[in-house]
Amino acid sequence: MTLTATAPTRPARTAKPQRRRGVLSYWRFYLALSPFYLLFVVFGLYPVASTILLAFQKWDGLGPRKMVGLQNFGFLIQDSTFWLSLWNTVVLFVMSTAPTLVIAMTLAVMLHSAVRFKGIYRIAYFIPNITSLVAAAIFFAAVFSTNFGLINAGLRSLGLPTEDWLRQPWGIKIAISTMIVWQWAGYNTIIYLAGLQAIPTEQYEAAKVDGAGPFRTFFSITLPQLRPVVLFTVIMSTIGGLQTFTEPQVMVGNNGGTGQSGMTVVMYFYNQAFFNNDYGYAGAIALSIFMLVLLFTAINWKLLGGRGRQ
Amino acid sequence: MHALLAIAGVLCLFPFYWTLVMATNTTSDIYRFPPKFTFGSQFDDNVHAVLRNVAFFQSMGNTAIVAVSTTALVLFFDSLAAFTFAKFRFPGRNALFVVLLATMLLPAQLGAVPQFQTMAAFGWVGSLKALIIPAAANAFGIFWLRQYFQNSIHDELVEAATLDGCGFLGIYRHVALPSARPALAFLGIFTFVGSWNDYFWPLIVLTNPDHLTLQVALSSLNRSHGVDYSMVMTGALMAMIPLIVVFTVFARQFIKGATEGAIRG
Repeated sequence: MTLTATAPTRPARTAKPQRRRGVLSYWRFYLALSPFYLLFVVFGLYPVASTILLAFQKWDGLGPRKMVGLQNFGFLIQDSTFWLSLWNTVVLFVMSTAPTLVIAMTLAVMLHSAVRFKGIYRIAYFIPNITSLVAAAIFFAAVFSTNFGLINAGLRSLGLPTEDWLRQPWGIKIAISTMIVWQWAGYNTIIYLAGLQAIPTEQYEAAKVDGAGPFRTFFSITLPQLRPVVLFTVIMSTIGGLQTFTEPQVMVGNNGGTGQSGMTVVMYFYNQAFFNNDYGYAGAIALSIFMLVLLFTAINWKLLGGRGRQ
Repeated sequence: MHALLAIAGVLCLFPFYWTLVMATNTTSDIYRFPPKFTFGSQFDDNVHAVLRNVAFFQSMGNTAIVAVSTTALVLFFDSLAAFTFAKFRFPGRNALFVVLLATMLLPAQLGAVPQFQTMAAFGWVGSLKALIIPAAANAFGIFWLRQYFQNSIHDELVEAATLDGCGFLGIYRHVALPSARPALAFLGIFTFVGSWNDYFWPLIVLTNPDHLTLQVALSSLNRSHGVDYSMVMTGALMAMIPLIVVFTVFARQFIKGATEGAIRG
């Protein structure tokens, strides 16, 4: 405002000061945006940049940091626990994501044609998703517990042999995946349902006229139309799945349980950083998680043709 | 078909029912074969057992402080930034927005170690500030609200308010905020639930056993008393109640908001 008042007294130099005045008069906008960017630099950018640097250093958290080049990555490649945790993460991701999305799609298609109680179903399906991971993990550990768990009680009442679910490498994975399916199937159902509701009905009518059955209709009309929504759910599942931590950590503990078969990459990172104080190595693991997320996202994008017709 | 939909619904809700069953019986009732499927009368005893083993109400208080202040700050900072992006032009706007979008690609765990060092340098390790301040504004909320502001507030309205002598903050308060109620409600619940359930970062940064959040306290309850499922499940139930209340009150709005993001995104 003050600049505006002084401007007419110096008409010869209007162009430049006017421009500067312009930028200054926007200060409110920059101030309004500043909290996010300040927080991001301090708590987002700096830690990540620092982790990348850390991955090339050796540091126990107390002594001096030492540059070691690619040494951490050299260890990583030879570290069987790292590969095991990577394998576990991918297996868990597949074991949980595939059933989650198939169940979600089935439920969504059924719910789409159902008329009554749609609202109630949506709430019932959604509620597992807002439950705390810790509480749910404790619950599923109880259900899968060996002597008194509900699963074994069910098996016993059917006269079937019971299992040491949480003490068997594959049992641990089944318990963890079951929990992930429970938490996410409903969420994805709701997302697919919203996608289904956005598909114009004329196409279905045309398909009906052409004599297409329900399966034919689903695979030639519904699924292609849902492509962007499916891509969204696959990418979200990938990002979440590759960062699995709470479920196994609560269910079988920091070491990943029997044969470390519940040890995920993020758990391994957590152990190396906050138990072994091997910060450089943890940095290398963190970086590998990031690369993994990028890689999987790129693969999904390619497979499902994210650029496609959208 | 209706039967399948109903079975799926029952399966979704069953854990809540079973949690209630476990929380109202003794562990030995649960351990019987066949297990007891009905509510018992042990809830009081189980609650007392929880309170003996962890500072439950203190943890819940801590969690409430974190969740409420994070939500309030996120709503304020995100809406202010989103409104600015949506309705005003200024040098560098597009570049700043691209940076904002790019930040969403960074996984949180990637920076956990240096972030812990930063907290140590600030003297915030073990303090609730370490949970609230870094979460006080986020790219997702700004991005999401910006979409909303762009569609729901007409430029003419902003111009009219300016002509009426409204300043930037005035327009924000009298035009932007009232029109964004549903979007703010969704972001608020989303942030509250996320903050309430957060586990990874609190587990790392809350080193003092007296200052735990509910999730960390709950996991320690599970770790040290893993056998007494009735007691542990009672704790889990008590930790879930506030969320279930919040969710049932706002369920429709929340689900609507959650799907809009996916369909538009």
